[in-house]
Amino acid sequence: MEYLPNIIFLVVLIAGIGFFTKNVKRLSRNIKLGRDVDVSDNTSQRWKNMAKIALGQTKMVVRPIAGFLHIIVYVGFIIINIEVVEIILDGLLGTHRLFAPLGTVYDILIGSFEILAFLVIVAVTIFWVRRNIIRIKRFIKPEMTGWPKNDGNLILYIELVLMALFLTMNGADYQLQQMGAAHYTEAGMFPVSQFIAPLFDGMTMSSLITLERTTWWLHIIGILCFLNYLYYSKHLHILLAFPNTYYGKLAPKGQFKNLDAVTAEVKLMMDPSADPFAAPAEDEAAEPAKFGASDVMDLSWVQLLNSYTCTECGRCTDECPANQTGKKLSPRKIMMDTRDRLEEVGKNIDANKGQFVDDGKQLLDGYISREELWACTTCNACVQACPVSIDPLSIIMDMRQYLVMEESAAPTDLNNMMGNVENNGAPWPFNQMDRLNWAKEE
Amino acid sequence: MANELKVPTMAELFAAGQKPEVLFWVGCAGSFDDRAKKITKAFVQLLNRAKVSFAVLGTEESCTGDPAKRSGNEFLFQMQAVTNIEVMNAYGINKIVTACPHCFNTIKNEYPGLGGHYEVVHHTQFLKTLFDDKRITLEGGQFKGKRITYHDPCYLGRANNVYEAPRDLIRKLDAELIEMKSCKEKGLCCGAGGAQMFKEPEKGDKDVNIERTEQAMETQPEIIAAGCPFCNTMMTDGVKNKEKEGAIAVMDIAELMASAGDL
Ligand code: SF4
Ligand code: SF4
Repeated sequence: MEYLPNIIFLVVLIAGIGFFTKNVKRLSRNIKLGRDVDVSDNTSQRWKNMAKIALGQTKMVVRPIAGFLHIIVYVGFIIINIEVVEIILDGLLGTHRLFAPLGTVYDILIGSFEILAFLVIVAVTIFWVRRNIIRIKRFIKPEMTGWPKNDGNLILYIELVLMALFLTMNGADYQLQQMGAAHYTEAGMFPVSQFIAPLFDGMTMSSLITLERTTWWLHIIGILCFLNYLYYSKHLHILLAFPNTYYGKLAPKGQFKNLDAVTAEVKLMMDPSADPFAAPAEDEAAEPAKFGASDVMDLSWVQLLNSYTCTECGRCTDECPANQTGKKLSPRKIMMDTRDRLEEVGKNIDANKGQFVDDGKQLLDGYISREELWACTTCNACVQACPVSIDPLSIIMDMRQYLVMEESAAPTDLNNMMGNVENNGAPWPFNQMDRLNWAKEE
Repeated sequence: MANELKVPTMAELFAAGQKPEVLFWVGCAGSFDDRAKKITKAFVQLLNRAKVSFAVLGTEESCTGDPAKRSGNEFLFQMQAVTNIEVMNAYGINKIVTACPHCFNTIKNEYPGLGGHYEVVHHTQFLKTLFDDKRITLEGGQFKGKRITYHDPCYLGRANNVYEAPRDLIRKLDAELIEMKSCKEKGLCCGAGGAQMFKEPEKGDKDVNIERTEQAMETQPEIIAAGCPFCNTMMTDGVKNKEKEGAIAVMDIAELMASAGDL
């Protein structure tokens, strides 16, 4: 019986981590549904970007208030994980405050955890007020209803509860230490929870121990629940921001990739010596099943990774000129739609023994409308704004390519423009031979 | 006529066995659009004044393919690109200057993958080096103290990180450069990019160029400066829409420099 708590702890831990692993596998399977793309270049620049953008949060602080508060929560999250190591070891070994022999170092550690926990509570409260009382514009767009809205609040509550549990646990512990309870050796420094401790004045030692144990257990179970909540939430960015910034676009933002399959055909068409009846060139491997993208499998795995990384912060949409002027397009919605469709495809595969069975739906029209796609000015404001190096524009462009090259479904005006480019070498119906007329006109 | 433009073509120079320092890529707007032609001429005046040896392709130039590519027509884009690259490679062109950020971006970033490797600069960058190297100087201070706000073209700014060259040139005019609330990395699009120039905008509350013009007007400018023929058109339309064409002028940086130099 003596070892029962340790065994229960082990079971809970294994269940929590096991379930998380299962979801990570599903996540990586879904991402790999995307087309392959070579991102092996420039590794040093990529590491630098990851260090700067994900670790250093450089793009968060472009908006100083949100950026500063986010850094508190972020640092709090990382540092408090050191505390989690102790909690896990204590749980497995049946010890209490295993690291206490570190002495002063330990005191400082616990003290700083407490201050961070307090700051996190403050930050989370301000975040909540921004979302629900001030109702900052970018949090109340049409795509931010239902789960996305609840998800945003839920995480704030979870963090609040976790921090409150942590501080209550310390407060009870502090009381027990003062009382000289067995097992509760004096260790740690409690700059915040010492103010909670007086609330427990008059409690018996045994109820204090119950309180301390309960909050301890709830705290660690809460953390495991949080870990497993990630997959279903935009908070996946806590993990994916790192690979995502690593694989982010390195070329100048204005440089859109040239489709290799098209290059091969164009070369053939332009080459007067090419035999039009010859067998297709050997590099047929470059030929995609179709041009552009109408569903998630046509996108690259980096674009799919992007969709899981999106934090739904709406900075992209906030800067988008189309969105600012009331058009349907919202780059954030493009990312959310891509992820939702990918999840749907993943569930389809799970339900059909690992095979995708056509469900008569696709990303185009089913999730993203043509009106949204044609409203984009390709201005790159969304790409610039994203704090985790997501490129919504690349998805919009791939889908336009599908519309034009597979469906010939461009708006009439654009078809006219393309006809002019093809026939006159200019988007307007002018004669190419008149190109130099300006030099002679007065 | 004093102001007659000297505009040699590559074909003429080639026939004479000469090679210019730089190819001036005029672009479709610069060649055909009445407003943009004025920008083209202003820039040529500056080139003439600085005695830059340049040439244009003239009738051998074709659309870079930018609007086709951004509409999603990769085929048409690459056909255009490959044709242009063949012409330019045949002339052995190394350096290109253009007054259109869309041409600039496409030739600089997307042509190399198709066999076209050139040093490409925007006309504001080129003009800045002309001033820095004292190949051209400013006389007269007709813009002294004038309130000028600069609109960042997306394909020059965010797309290629060119923010300072145009601003440096405006500062040379002794004018008062006032930034709009969205500028540089956060600059608001004029609404013409991504081939929007050639179609009706999608339904919304207002057009993008109106929003941008309102931002510009908040700075109470006498002049809105731009570095792109499409931005120029969009902002001019916006100013007209606000019935402010009498009070606010929309000018390209090249036009500012040319009139400051009394060209
Ligand atoms: S590139 Fe398109 S989606 Fe992104 S901000 Fe500009 S208009 Fe909006
Ligand atoms: S794409 Fe980037 S900027 Fe847009 S909502 Fe997602 S994380 Fe935020």
